[in-house]
Amino acid sequence: MDFFDRFAIPHPSLAIYASMVAIVLTVIAIVVGLTYFKKWGYLWREWLTTVDHKRIGIMYLISALLMLFRGGVDALMMRAQLAVPENTLLDAQHYNEVFTTHGVVMILFMAMPFIMALMNFVVPLQIGARDVAFPRLNALSFWLFFFGAMLFNISFVVGGSPDAGWTSYFPLAGNEFSTSVGTNYYMIAIQIAGIGTLMTGINFITTILKMRAPGMTLMKMPMFTWSSLIANVIIVFAFPVLTVALAMGTLDRLFGTHFFTTNNGGMDMLWANLFWVWGHPEVYILILPAFGIYSEVISTFARRNLYGYKSMVASMVIISLLSFLVWVHHFFTMGQGALTNSIFSITTMAIAVPTGVKIFNWLFTLYKGKIEITTPMLYALLFIPLFTIGGVTGVMLGMSAADYQYHNTMFLVAHFHMVIIPGVVFAMLAGLTYYWPKMFGFMLNERIGKITAWTIGISTLVAFMPMFFTGLDGQARRMYTYSESTGFGPLNMVSFVGAIGLAIGFILLVYNVYYSIRYASRDISADPWDARTLEWATHSPVPEYNFAIVPHVKSEEALWDAKKKRHILFQGNYEKIHMPNNSGVPFIMGSIFFIWGFALVFSLWPLAIIATIGILACMAHRSMEIDHGRYISVKEIEETETKLRGAK
Amino acid sequence: MKIDHSLPLEYSTEENRLKILGFWIFLGAEIMLFGTLFASYFTLVDRIGSGPSGKEIFEITPVLIETIVLLTSSFTIGLGVHAMRIGRKKAMMSFFVITLLLGLVFLGVEIFEFIHYVHIGAGLQTSAFTAILLSTLGTHGLHVTFGLFWGLFILLQVKKRGLTPETANKSFIFSLYWHFLDVVWIFIFSFVYLKGMM
Ligand code: HEM
Ligand SMILES: [Cu+2]
Repeated sequence: MDFFDRFAIPHPSLAIYASMVAIVLTVIAIVVGLTYFKKWGYLWREWLTTVDHKRIGIMYLISALLMLFRGGVDALMMRAQLAVPENTLLDAQHYNEVFTTHGVVMILFMAMPFIMALMNFVVPLQIGARDVAFPRLNALSFWLFFFGAMLFNISFVVGGSPDAGWTSYFPLAGNEFSTSVGTNYYMIAIQIAGIGTLMTGINFITTILKMRAPGMTLMKMPMFTWSSLIANVIIVFAFPVLTVALAMGTLDRLFGTHFFTTNNGGMDMLWANLFWVWGHPEVYILILPAFGIYSEVISTFARRNLYGYKSMVASMVIISLLSFLVWVHHFFTMGQGALTNSIFSITTMAIAVPTGVKIFNWLFTLYKGKIEITTPMLYALLFIPLFTIGGVTGVMLGMSAADYQYHNTMFLVAHFHMVIIPGVVFAMLAGLTYYWPKMFGFMLNERIGKITAWTIGISTLVAFMPMFFTGLDGQARRMYTYSESTGFGPLNMVSFVGAIGLAIGFILLVYNVYYSIRYASRDISADPWDARTLEWATHSPVPEYNFAIVPHVKSEEALWDAKKKRHILFQGNYEKIHMPNNSGVPFIMGSIFFIWGFALVFSLWPLAIIATIGILACMAHRSMEIDHGRYISVKEIEETETKLRGAK
Repeated sequence: MKIDHSLPLEYSTEENRLKILGFWIFLGAEIMLFGTLFASYFTLVDRIGSGPSGKEIFEITPVLIETIVLLTSSFTIGLGVHAMRIGRKKAMMSFFVITLLLGLVFLGVEIFEFIHYVHIGAGLQTSAFTAILLSTLGTHGLHVTFGLFWGLFILLQVKKRGLTPETANKSFIFSLYWHFLDVVWIFIFSFVYLKGMM
């Protein structure tokens, strides 16, 4: 029995047992469903082995939405627990686990893949490319993310969830204070997903630098592509820091080293520093592509070219540099001198300047524009004021002396939710609605979409504004309850109502998908929003090869100028197109990584060694393999093109 | 696939050029990885707890052997790439074999060095200093180990398939990797060993 004991949950509860049952039932349902409808082959051929950036994008999207619901359930549990004083819905231990997994899931397994989804789907189309530079590597990135996320997600039913916060500060996260395997999951699952992200970074930088359509100079790239380029540069420079930090954390936990311990020379603050050297750039990895989406949406629906293109690019470059110089603002209170704190206060406030420049550029784009309020535009318009609240409170937090008052209170929690939700989540929902027709060939219902946007917008305010006040009054974050006499009760109840509102908003989103699948017209044009950039110049849904003829670009807004100034995008005849072959190796390698991670979490050394050999074998196989891809013949292209044009 | 004959074989196709650029970006990430390790090393170097300090455990002989061997291997792989450029498959393969053998010697000495450290009570768990020392060296050593296998696989392919755009490309990228490991070693040699022994 000893062997199996380690897989038991240290703090079981009814909810966890119920989830176990639910998980088993869901898995059975999926397996039975696939078998019954004979879809295994389809799943394998069309999805699990695909190297097509569009399909990979869609798989990221599905994963992100699933994780949004997982993280959302965590959030509801927390808000329910805090809704009234001295509540006993969750005990301290469960509350710790829930806020930890909520943070990790939302940032790393929801926001990141959401961005990867849009980047994968949109960037190659926007630059007129046939795929990314390394399609196979792209598939591997996805599967590493996916299996990393899965590994993290089984923690609560096998062995116990991490409970030291998404920041996982040592010594709390060390063996002494975090005795369950939970924090092992944290260290290893994030490591696996992080390696995937790093490879995406390399892939997309190469793609954007080298695979743009003829005529598209760097300064003619659409803004979303620019923002992705910068975000990926940050990825390549920030993620290795996380890799090292996690590896050290793993060594501390599994092999008893003394990197972050409090004895034998270990230094707990080293973790905090490394974590935030990655962590702050990470928030800009999230926000920059979101800004890119807003730029696209705002110029499309204001029917104007983006105001201040050059300053937009310049501000992103400055942000990317500054983002590496502010990390100490996350622990002003943890013992640096006044001089250090002052320096990092100044760099922190400086970063608000380029951010402000961007806000003004959007405002100037809107000014005198012929604004059309569609769902994506509504998200963008809600974003500007709400995000400003988050940004301004960020500057308040950035003043180190004042931060002693705000740090680790609900004020901080309110700040980062007010930047991440309006900044990142709204952008993703805007991008989802905006690109939906390109992905699936029909539009989401506009009426339900707008109701959803308003519900989510208002609920965000209701849920998070009260926290600014309770935070200033001293309500600490990560506390599972508070006494009646603090007076925090009513405002926390308001937050709970807001959280329910958010939940309703996301349910409406799902309903919209369902409704539109059933009722939306499939008879839409390739360019239903009357947009400005290249991705709208090919069919919806996009054929495998993206563009039958590689477009020639003459201006920033290639499609708009093709429509208005009669620039000719596609000239010449069809030629056979070279495409990469599908491959099962990325998926298999991802699965082996999952086993490898699981083995490490539980210190199952023989299994870990076998899995390591498996991973190396996959690499060796890849090295020896000869694969020249395949060609799509002119005849096939002609057939596809006539079919797609007919369907329009 | 379009082959541009005005360029060296390893750059001759679009795919090859993409791969080389991608690998340079990867090396950028590797610089950050080792940079983080070095930063951590300098932070922890004096935190020896009750264990030994660098001065007490470093010995110049094995380190010098490692350095000479690795520097030479960087030179021989350079010769190998040169031979590849002028189309001399045999010469290229011989230089690559020498490179890998030198790498093997390096690794052997390093393993010997590690065993020695553990013997004199400077194991992974002794102190923050020994942990970061062995992790930094170990990360480099693992890279070399990985490189040995990778290089071997490339050699097999060159042997079997000759110098094609693909094999040339792989060999060239491998040489970048190998040079990079050499550069990292120079930093280790100077800032870990020499500085530590002073
Ligand atoms: C206007 C620019 C911004 C400034 C000046 C700023 C400033 C700060 C400061 C000083 C803190 C630490 C406060 C404390 O711990 O006491 C903080 C925390 C945080 N910020 Fe921001 N911020 C800005 C924008 C953003 C953006 C755009 C995001 C995300 C997309 C973001 C996400 C976060 C997160 C997640 C935390 C909390 C992490 C934690 O402790 O769990 N911030 N911010
Ligand atoms: Cu920050």
